[in-house]
Amino acid sequence: MLIKLTGGTVYDPANGIDGQVRNLFIRDGRIVHSLNGATPDHEYDLRGKVVMAGAIDMHTHIGGGKVTIARNLLPEDHRADPEPRRGLMRAGCGHAAPSTLTTGYRYAEMGYTAGFEPAVLPINARQAHMEMADVPLLDVGGYVMLGSDDFFLRLLSSGSDQQLINDYVAWTIRSAKAIGIKVVNPGGISAFKFNQRMLDLDEKHVYYGVTPRQILKSLARAVHELGVPHPLHVHGCNLGVPGNVETTLNTISGIEGLPMHLTHIQFHSYGVEGDRKFSSGAARVAEAINANKNITIDVGQILFGQTVTASGDSMRQHANAGHAHPDKWVCMDIECDAGCGVVPFKYRDKNFVNALQWCIGLETFLLIEDPWRVFLTTDHPNGAPFTTYPHLIRLLMDKSFRNDMLSTVNPEAAALSTLGTLDREYSLYEIAIMTRAGAARLLGLTDRGHLGAGAAADITVYTDQADKEKMFTRPDYVFKDGELVVRNGEVVKVVWGNLHTVQPEFDGGIEARLRDYFDRYHTMKLDNFVINDWEIEGDGRSKILVHPCHQGARS
Amino acid sequence: MTDNTMARVWDNVPSPFCGIASDDLKIEVAGPSVRVLENGDAVTTPGFERSVTDTAPRVGGKPASMTEAVQRAAAILKDARLAVFSGFGTDVNDTRAALSLIDKARGVFDQARAGGGVRNLLVLADSGWIATTLAEVKNRVEVLLIFGSDVEGAFPRFFERFVWNQETLFGQDPAKREVIYLGRAPSGNAAVSPDGRCPQVIECAPEHLPELAAALSALVRGASLQAETVGGVPVEVLQGVVDRLKRSSYSVVTWVAGQLDFPHADLTVQQVCQAVTALNKETRAAVLPLGGQDGDRTASQVCAWLTGYPTRVSFARGFPEYDPYLNDTARLLSEGEADALVWVSSLSAVPPPAAGLPTVVVGRSGMQFDTEPEVYIPVGVPGIDHAGHMYRCDNVVAMPLYPLRDCGLTSAAAVLAAIEQSL
Repeated sequence: MLIKLTGGTVYDPANGIDGQVRNLFIRDGRIVHSLNGATPDHEYDLRGKVVMAGAIDMHTHIGGGKVTIARNLLPEDHRADPEPRRGLMRAGCGHAAPSTLTTGYRYAEMGYTAGFEPAVLPINARQAHMEMADVPLLDVGGYVMLGSDDFFLRLLSSGSDQQLINDYVAWTIRSAKAIGIKVVNPGGISAFKFNQRMLDLDEKHVYYGVTPRQILKSLARAVHELGVPHPLHVHGCNLGVPGNVETTLNTISGIEGLPMHLTHIQFHSYGVEGDRKFSSGAARVAEAINANKNITIDVGQILFGQTVTASGDSMRQHANAGHAHPDKWVCMDIECDAGCGVVPFKYRDKNFVNALQWCIGLETFLLIEDPWRVFLTTDHPNGAPFTTYPHLIRLLMDKSFRNDMLSTVNPEAAALSTLGTLDREYSLYEIAIMTRAGAARLLGLTDRGHLGAGAAADITVYTDQADKEKMFTRPDYVFKDGELVVRNGEVVKVVWGNLHTVQPEFDGGIEARLRDYFDRYHTMKLDNFVINDWEIEGDGRSKILVHPCHQGARS
Repeated sequence: MTDNTMARVWDNVPSPFCGIASDDLKIEVAGPSVRVLENGDAVTTPGFERSVTDTAPRVGGKPASMTEAVQRAAAILKDARLAVFSGFGTDVNDTRAALSLIDKARGVFDQARAGGGVRNLLVLADSGWIATTLAEVKNRVEVLLIFGSDVEGAFPRFFERFVWNQETLFGQDPAKREVIYLGRAPSGNAAVSPDGRCPQVIECAPEHLPELAAALSALVRGASLQAETVGGVPVEVLQGVVDRLKRSSYSVVTWVAGQLDFPHADLTVQQVCQAVTALNKETRAAVLPLGGQDGDRTASQVCAWLTGYPTRVSFARGFPEYDPYLNDTARLLSEGEADALVWVSSLSAVPPPAAGLPTVVVGRSGMQFDTEPEVYIPVGVPGIDHAGHMYRCDNVVAMPLYPLRDCGLTSAAAVLAAIEQSL
């Protein structure tokens, strides 16, 4: 199949192309330099249109146990957003925790072609993959969670050699078919099982005697030495706690230059100034990020309305459960491996704290200078459902719209925030960095997120409009691996995405140790824990893609 | 899982039949016959050893080709105003295929064993809970409180695998664990500790379980009760249980919701859950809702991610609508609202109820009928005849299932996909 995309205005930051009129050529799902004189099977006239790579959501809770707990928890939220069967699309439901099918359709309709689930529990990875396999039209991948699992904590507290920890980390990534490592409230999920109710960066886990700082360093080093492209993905200590900006700054300095990704940093940027002892720490966090090139972040912007927070952080979710709206919530201790907490939440624009959270997220976006190191997320669905992305993009690209919105939120919060003084407006090029090129680079996806020859033809075409929310809500065309899947915001073909993984090397000796551990303490056999290729590819829908690790980085 | 090919003996086989997903079974396969050599129990062994009988479909009781059977099933669905799909002792793929068909046929999705799950899920969606999983029980539990249920009757290996284990991660001696039965006595001796300690058993008549749960919840929250007995149980005995739970660093409260078979039992489950939530103000405790036999958790989980709702979903209006009362198969049949029944059951050989309606069975070979259905398509078992996945009771661990034999049986998923194609 040969396709020509003619005359579009191309934004392709990975290749330094900022709004130039170009033709693009696709041969059998890949972008090529030219068709070598062959006549295309299809030609699309894109004159006057904006062309970008398909968007990549690098942190979105789309599959796995806690997402399905959220689904089971909120039937009333689903009833308000039914998705009838129509055309090629099967029935489902949307809003905060949509069905998997609706998730895929709605992402594709917005021009997204990949989404990465950031909290895959090793023991629940099979479920995460089964759910993500049922998300159509999107490539997927997962970051597997370590840091509160007892095997790792035993290694760390007994002073094990870093090499052994590296082997365990590598084994876990491969067993869970993941593309990175996530740590959530380092050690805190485990500490909660021992009835510790908070765990600051240098506080000792009551049983293991190790601190979150030690956990972060050990895991960040393992990820780095294994050559895994995506840096350690960190949901830090003290989520949501006023004053946690200090923890965040200490976390940044404490990692001592190792690559680290701090996720949903908005929830970790709170000061204690003012009468209400709640203030924005965004400026200090942004300053630290601007100064520390080893750090990347995604924002976890909140937007007003009903949503549900689904997190591995059982300790903090339990602490915040009093804010549940509606008043119901689930926490779980999981398999000596991890935990989770699912708390529905309604962010209100007239509420001081919520309005300030909204400001803090936007300040963060606008104060971080390098768009290659900041990523556009709402931590779906924790800050807001992913369907709010076009609105968020407009807030970033349109200062007068942003200030109009600011004038409607809680005035005390607005007065405390510097948001109204920030003039920056993101350009299309910068949006393309944050949502495409940067995300692909951060994950080590060399053939995604750009439009150069050799890239997979994941392409989104928009009509440029003054109202960027409208523009990004409804692309003209979306191509997934070279197939036209969306036309005028409607799904016209349903395909199934790929699973992106890495396979770092490890010394096989770790397996004997793990086999004994599983036999003694776990409730399943090691061989049944490891996910096999047939489980992903067996039904012919998903394909496993393996991205290289930078072996040279291994010490 | 390893295959000793010469002997056709398989090790470390996971059981799709028991809700605790034991995966240490040793199984011998000779032709179509399966024998559990090690680690079977009263639930799992019959699950594996049931004989293959039919291998060919029947239409109207007469042998038919697969094509004929599929076309007759599709014709029944085309003629139906509202087809109800139930059974669903199935694995993930069989359920996926069924939901695709149900969506297209605008049918209702229910499960034969939905009752227990519905009781729990109503609580989850009304107030939530603090729950735990089997490995946490195995390594942490200090006091196990069993509410109104006979665990070993439904989960024969529960105590052996998760309570009286040899060692734990945190230095606790499992033999010293305390087990308390509240409301119902156990049917056997599985809860007796290795050193011969009997569990504490506090019995009451089944009709008093709701008030016992309410009293438990009230006492945990510090209320003082006017009554001296609740359901015949002295309040001071209940207070003793509550005090023990409060002293425990990690207690687990469990029940088998399928056994709490009385009206509005969800409210009783809710009281138990709220007692546990209250315990967590000071110490750690968690609930463990037991279930999951014959895939009953599996189908509900798949339904939840594919539609947004757990079991008892209607697609009659073109989109999923969840109503665990209105979409109950028994009600739809007795009220005359359904005019076709499709029974999908690849794990369990329990046949459909006699509905007096055109009935299609995509069922495990070996299923026996009192009333022959209009269409019967025998299928293989996930975990015996083909690969698959099942969920165990805690909804967290999905176990891979492996093919152990090949006697020519197709999968329910393939049959359901063929029916959908014919619609």
